[in-house]
Order: sequence, then structure tokens, then C-alpha cells
Amino acid sequence: MTSTVDTPADAARPAAPSGLLTVARAPRWLRYALLAAGLLVAFWLPNGLYPAVAVDILCWALFAVAVDLLLGFTGLMSFGHAAFWGTSAYVTGLVAIHVGLPFPAAVLAGALTAALLAVPIGYLAVKRTGIYFAMVTLAFAQMVYYVANEWRSVTQGENGLQGVPRELFGLDLSDDYYFYYAILPIVLLGLLAAWRIVHSPFGRVLVGIRDNPARARALGYPVHRYKLTAFVLSGFIAGLGGGLFAVGHRFVSLEVLHWTTSGKAVIVVVLGGIGTLWGGVLGAAIVVRLEDWLSFSGFETIGLVTGGIFVLVVLLFRRGIWGSVAALAHRWWASRRR
Amino acid sequence: MTGFLQNTFNGLVSGAFYALLALGLAVIFGMLRVVNFAHGAFYMLGAFGAYVLLSEAGVPFWAALAIMPVGLGLLGMALERAFIHRLTRLDPLYNFLLTFGLTLILQDLVKLRYGVQSSPYATPSALSGSVDFGIFDFPTYRVFILGFAVAVCVGVWWVLTRTRIGMVVRASTERPELTRAFGINVGRWVTPVFGFGIGLAGLAGVLAAPMRAVNPLMGADLIIVVFAVVVIGGLGSIFGSVAAGFGIGLVQAWGEAYLSQFPIVSQTIVFIVMAVVLLWRPAGLFGREEAPA
Repeated sequence: MTSTVDTPADAARPAAPSGLLTVARAPRWLRYALLAAGLLVAFWLPNGLYPAVAVDILCWALFAVAVDLLLGFTGLMSFGHAAFWGTSAYVTGLVAIHVGLPFPAAVLAGALTAALLAVPIGYLAVKRTGIYFAMVTLAFAQMVYYVANEWRSVTQGENGLQGVPRELFGLDLSDDYYFYYAILPIVLLGLLAAWRIVHSPFGRVLVGIRDNPARARALGYPVHRYKLTAFVLSGFIAGLGGGLFAVGHRFVSLEVLHWTTSGKAVIVVVLGGIGTLWGGVLGAAIVVRLEDWLSFSGFETIGLVTGGIFVLVVLLFRRGIWGSVAALAHRWWASRRR
Repeated sequence: MTGFLQNTFNGLVSGAFYALLALGLAVIFGMLRVVNFAHGAFYMLGAFGAYVLLSEAGVPFWAALAIMPVGLGLLGMALERAFIHRLTRLDPLYNFLLTFGLTLILQDLVKLRYGVQSSPYATPSALSGSVDFGIFDFPTYRVFILGFAVAVCVGVWWVLTRTRIGMVVRASTERPELTRAFGINVGRWVTPVFGFGIGLAGLAGVLAAPMRAVNPLMGADLIIVVFAVVVIGGLGSIFGSVAAGFGIGLVQAWGEAYLSQFPIVSQTIVFIVMAVVLLWRPAGLFGREEAPA
């Protein structure tokens, strides 16, 4: 009885266009052209946007791709990824302040800590699937939030960590414009890592588990271990984003661990398109830009807008932006070939 | 000893709130397969509604106790028809996301109108003071909450197991196709059951108004603890959800009293219990084993 509910890949799952398939069928020149266009936009971004917003977009892009790795390619909806984003933000901040390492090393320390935290949380959470997985991850993230709130001697509680330095071998990165180009290689490496994971044999097994866990198990794949590995990798990538976010803002507050942050990461992915990887990047750009614009124009109840986007996307636009475009393009290619 | 009894009593009182909320979640989940994230928001609306009714219309507590659950239940039914209904055939995650979005909207609407500061709500005069139990005495209002919540839980249990409506609801929960084959219109019960669950959340909110700070965010953190409660109890089991609600209230109160030198532990004890339950019985204490996935 419960089995019909508890398998996320049951027949009721809407035919989300697997990004894997559509991208694989798109002609090679188109894929390279898209990649080139994406890189061009990435290099141009801080010239067209307020650089601090561009930095935020990069961090959230990593966060979204990390969540999509689980939601889109493993069939697990983590509603508690703020735990990894936020833990890494705090560890990065603490390492940068107290040890004085260059910021990439501090971010790496943060992301590794996040991955380490993902081991026990993931171990417990993958025992459940579907909606329960979402509730369990949400609860554990809240636990991390409470710990950070109580552990004031380390996290400074409500005041937050102030003055996180942007140290990089004496370079002056205080201008967000230059800082953007300093973190761009790290972000691209993170995105490349996610792309490699999805297109590796390991990633194929994950998709197999998403679509039919029972069959994957019957074929001899240790399903729990695969899910846990994906969870830890995802925690690491989310941690990369969170660490960069901390250095970018030179400040870490409890908000990085709050459940609204976890929820925002999921909506960014759904808006961009579940299981499309690059859709998450697009969703991050849109949501971050929109929130910046709203707060700039003095709109205080942002939840009204993000909540509204949530409701509209889930009701009318479940494929997300990238997913819809990919589906249209796919249909067009298919009709031409006939 | 007096201290222990006092802590136990307070634990049962906060457990009563968890139990009422978990009961609503479990009833809705049973019928619709929807985990309602907005449950905490409806709890908040219940408390806020009671506050607004009293301060702006002079409606007393007792009337609010009847008006708010019914009003919110109707609102819940409208939302079910308008939104949730459209997604029940899909993966339950979509309704989880939808109700998450609704939570943000409802919270911010209240924030927009009333701000984020907490509003005081006076305890009704008939329930002020305290009851003397010989060696210790308790605030009358808390005794009332506990009794009322237990009565509601027993009442729901009675309706579900002893009445024809309850039998239809349970049958549609367990075997919807088979129930349909017996000529029972399962779909007819979906919306009322959703409204009923929301009404329970509103009821808990009204009960909370005189005891807890009434503010737009009061339901948000609570609902996450209630999620942990239903994972512990097993969401498929109505009895399990209620029992886990009271149990977690007790554990939390004892933790706060006897582990106060470790604030990190006493604050997170619910989640520690949840971790242990996941290790020991992944389906929850009263839940049935899932098909391996």
C-alpha cells in the first residue's frame, strides 16, 4: 500500500523530459554553440549586471545544480540542502577569519565539511524515499540550524560571522567585479564536475535507480550506497556554492541554514527544469535577479512573490524553462527527421 | 517529584499541540496522499484569526474556538478544489511544493497587514488562575488544553472507527479502487477530509493563542518539528501520529528540564529521536514496512 506512494519513480511521475536524452539527441554543433554562448554570458555577466548580483548568481547556480543532481538524476527531493550550503558558509567563514587561508582553500575546507556532514544525514535519509525523504532532510537541516543558533561561541548566533576576508595571495579583491572573475573558475569546475557525474556510468546508474529502483536492485546495484554517494557529492557541490557565498558577502548569518533557503533552492531547480542541470543555472539567474530587483524597489514581502512563483510553476509549468525549451526543440528535430 | 510531575504535565500540553497537528496531517495524508506543508500556516492563521476577532470585533475566545476551525476548514476546502486537487494524480512531491509556496504566501500576507511583532491574547477569564492538585497546582488553561486535545483525538478516533463515515474514509484510504468497486463515491470525501484536517490545525492555533506568542512565523518552525513527529510515528498510522505527538512533547519537556546544561542537545532532541527511529525502524514506530526501494 505505502509502496505506491513511497517510490518516487512510480508511474504517476509526469513524463519529465530527461535532459539526458534531449541533450544527447541534439546535434553536436548545437551543443557546442550552446556551451560557447553560455561561457560568453558567464564572462560578460558582471558587465551587464551589478557585480554583487552576478556573484550571487554563480553561487546559487552551484547550489541549484547540486539539488538537481539529487532531484533530477537520482529521484530524491532534498528539502534540507541549506544544511550543506550553510555549514560550508560557516566553516569557510571561520577558516578564513581564524586561519587566514586564501579563500579557495577556505571554501574547499567548507565544502569538505559539508560533504562530511552529508554522510550521516544521507545515510539516515536514504532509508526513506519520496515525500518522507523530503521531510527527513528538512528536519535534519532544521537540527543543524538549531545547533548553529545555540553554539553562539562559534557562530556568533544571531549576530552572524562578520568580516570574512577575501584573501588571495595579497590580490585586492574588494571590488565585486574582480572577485567575480576570481571565483568563476571554481564555479565552472563545480559545474563541470556535476556534468561529469551525470554523464558517467555512475550517473547512468543513478538515473536507472530514479526510474526503477526495484529493477536496479534486482540487477545487483547497491541502491542505498549509490544514493548516499550522490547525496554526499551533491552536499559537496552545494558546499562549494555556500562557501563562495560567504566570502562573497563577507558575512554569514543564520539565514544560510534556514528552511526557506532549502525551499528556495528547490524552486530554483523546478523553475529552471528538473533533471536538466543547466536549467538550475538559468533558474538561479532569474530568481536572484528578481529578488535583487524586488528588494531594490523596496518590496519587503518577497515571500509573496517567491511563493507565487512556486504555486504557478508547480501548477502550470512543471517542466521548467529549460525543460520546456528542450521539449519544444526535441519535437522540432523529430519532425524534421521524418 | 513535584518538579518531575510539572515537567511531565507541561510536556503533555505541548505534546497536545503536536498531536492535533500530526492528526490533521495524517488524516489528510491518508485520504489524499498529500503532505500539507501549509499546516503550520493554518495553525498560525487560527491563532491570528482569534486575535483579530477579539481585538477588532470583540469576539470572545469561546466563539473563536468554533468560528476559526470552521472558517479555516472552508478555506482549506476551497484551496483543495482550486489547487491541490489538480496535482493529486501526480507525484506527491508536487503538492508538497505547492503547499510550501502557499505557506510563504499566507505568512507574508499576514506580515503585510500586521507586521512581525507578537500580539498578546488574554486568557479567557473562566480559565484563568490555576487548579490545585494537592501537592502541586497547574494553570487552569493548560489543564483545559490537555483535556480538550485528548477529547478531540478520542472523538476523531471514535468517528473513524465507529461510524459509517469513518468506515468509508478508512476504506478509501486503504483501498481506493476496491472501495469504488463497492459503489462508494470516494472522490466525494476528499475535499471534506482535507477541510477537516485544516480545521484541526486552526483549532490548535486558537488553543495556542492565549499561551504562545501570536505572530506570523509561529507555525513555520513548529511544522518542521511536526514533520519529525510524523516520521517518528509513521505518517500512515493515525494512532502513531497522535502517540508520537504526545511522546515527543514529553521527551522535549524532560530534555529541557534535565539536559539544560547541554542546550544543543535539549534543543535538537526531537531530531535525535528521529535519527534513532530511522536507524531502528525506518518505517516509523507505528508505520508499516515499505516495499524496498
